[in-house]
Amino acid sequence: MTDHLLRLDDVRATLRLRDGEQTLLNGVSLEIGAGEALGLVGESGSGKSLTTRAITRMLDPAFRVSGEILFDGASVPRMNAQALRRYRQRDVGMIFQDPRAHVNPVHRVGDFLTEALVRDRGVDRRTAERRAVALLDEVGVRNPEHRLRQYPHELSGGLLQRVMIASVLLAEPKLILADEPTTALDVTAQSDVMAILDEQRRARGLALLFITHDLELAAACCDRLAVMYAGEIVEQGAHVYDAPTHPYTIELLGARPSIDHRVERLPVLRYDRAAHELLKTEAS
Amino acid sequence: MSFGAYLARRTGGLLLVLLVTSFIVFGLLYLAPGSPLAFILGPRGGTTEQIAAVTAQYHLNDPFFVRYVAWLGDLLRGDLGYSIVYRQDVSALISGRIGTTLALVAMAALLIAVVGIAAGTFAALRGGWSDQLTSTLAAIGLSTPSFVIGVALISVFAVGLGWFPTFGSGGGGMDTLVHLALPAVALSVASAAYLARITRASVLEERGREHVQTATVRGLAPGYIVRHHVLRNSLVPIVTVLGLTIATLIAGAVVVENVFALDGLGSLLVRAILQRDFAVVQAVILVLVVAFVLVNAVVDVLYTFIDPRIVLGSRK
Repeated sequence: MTDHLLRLDDVRATLRLRDGEQTLLNGVSLEIGAGEALGLVGESGSGKSLTTRAITRMLDPAFRVSGEILFDGASVPRMNAQALRRYRQRDVGMIFQDPRAHVNPVHRVGDFLTEALVRDRGVDRRTAERRAVALLDEVGVRNPEHRLRQYPHELSGGLLQRVMIASVLLAEPKLILADEPTTALDVTAQSDVMAILDEQRRARGLALLFITHDLELAAACCDRLAVMYAGEIVEQGAHVYDAPTHPYTIELLGARPSIDHRVERLPVLRYDRAAHELLKTEAS
Repeated sequence: MSFGAYLARRTGGLLLVLLVTSFIVFGLLYLAPGSPLAFILGPRGGTTEQIAAVTAQYHLNDPFFVRYVAWLGDLLRGDLGYSIVYRQDVSALISGRIGTTLALVAMAALLIAVVGIAAGTFAALRGGWSDQLTSTLAAIGLSTPSFVIGVALISVFAVGLGWFPTFGSGGGGMDTLVHLALPAVALSVASAAYLARITRASVLEERGREHVQTATVRGLAPGYIVRHHVLRNSLVPIVTVLGLTIATLIAGAVVVENVFALDGLGSLLVRAILQRDFAVVQAVILVLVVAFVLVNAVVDVLYTFIDPRIVLGSRK
């Protein structure tokens, strides 16, 4: 299949420790087509963020990475420094969980938005600022000219996350990686920011890899879901939310508290590493 | 807090500090053994009449507070006093020497900033043996006294190679620059080593920040990321240390000025202390205090440019 925008094939990431090794990504394979949205769900520590880091080659050098990552047919692991920078500049955009930490606090919002355009795309500052203003307006930031002159600490978390989204859209990538983009925001800002991200992505026909703990949200705004456990994707497809087949997915979906009725105790996942290993040996 | 209010508060603070230090210095000199009489009258001493005359002339028998208030009053009128050793106004003595010390400190400060920041950044970013080498050199530089470095520099570059003069502060312009080169190096080695260590730690910390990942994943050039996002954000501790260093350099110049026979404030201070030339000691120390407070005020203002989250006069 060559019409996939992004394809991960048996990606493994092993952390070299003083006493041995620990495999944190254990053969991840997934595909995202152009304009398609894939939701990546799973517990904390299951390897969701590491997967996005592998896609952007941002894993710590202490990791040994194997497997193939193809973007538009080009091998990301085999890119030289120049090709890698170009790939990061134009092909993928990353939205992080905590905009407060991920935007440099000492530069103005305008600098953050325009620096990539001015430095790497040869756009002059005035044009870059005009584009930034237009995009801020599109993502629902009021009074955008004023925002450009402000510093990140003068903006609320929700506003700053819109700035982050705008900064990614300004680069006009083909794929957006969003790593829990609403987790650090308060509840009212969460739905606004997610709605904007979803709307802008659809309008521009961009592909999205959306990492979240929120299964409903993932099901609502993604074409397919992939469920991760212990560095592996245990199940993926369009059916996952409505008709899960893997025991872990079934338990995970069953563990969501319902708003319709009271429960005395929240269910606990019984699926663990032992069950996981057993299932894998049975399958093979 | 507005800039005006900050300036007013800072000036008030400076005056208070000056008042307290002047009192302490005056008090300590009053308590110190020895008297200017011994110097004025020479080793053989004088007759009773001579002693009485000198004592009356310099008010040496007046009570402590009377003398302090009289001196303070003169100071407010801009009169720093009269040196009994040089038989000259203290203000003339200081203004004749402050240029040398300022030029020396300025050169040393420039060396410290350039070498310290460059070496620290290099060590932090390169890691490995470059880091080891820089850290070792920094440890050596930090632990070698400035007079040892001064003597070594003189014997190699002035006596051995003959590239630089061995003493004196030159006749202005380029000549002064050449004369002050070795003293400035001797003065800056320890501080540059210290600043290199601070810079290294700060750059290492800032390089690991999340916003640097954002810059990397956006495909910005590595050199730009280092300058614009790492070094720029590391500046608060660097500027703090640089400010403190420059403030203490003025006092630290004492040793180097003696090694290189420079006629600056430092050597003036040392001689004045040895000769119980109280008026000079007090005046020079007040100049040092003013310089210290001024440098720190400049650093405070710089903070607000370096990090927009810092507000002048706030305690955060």
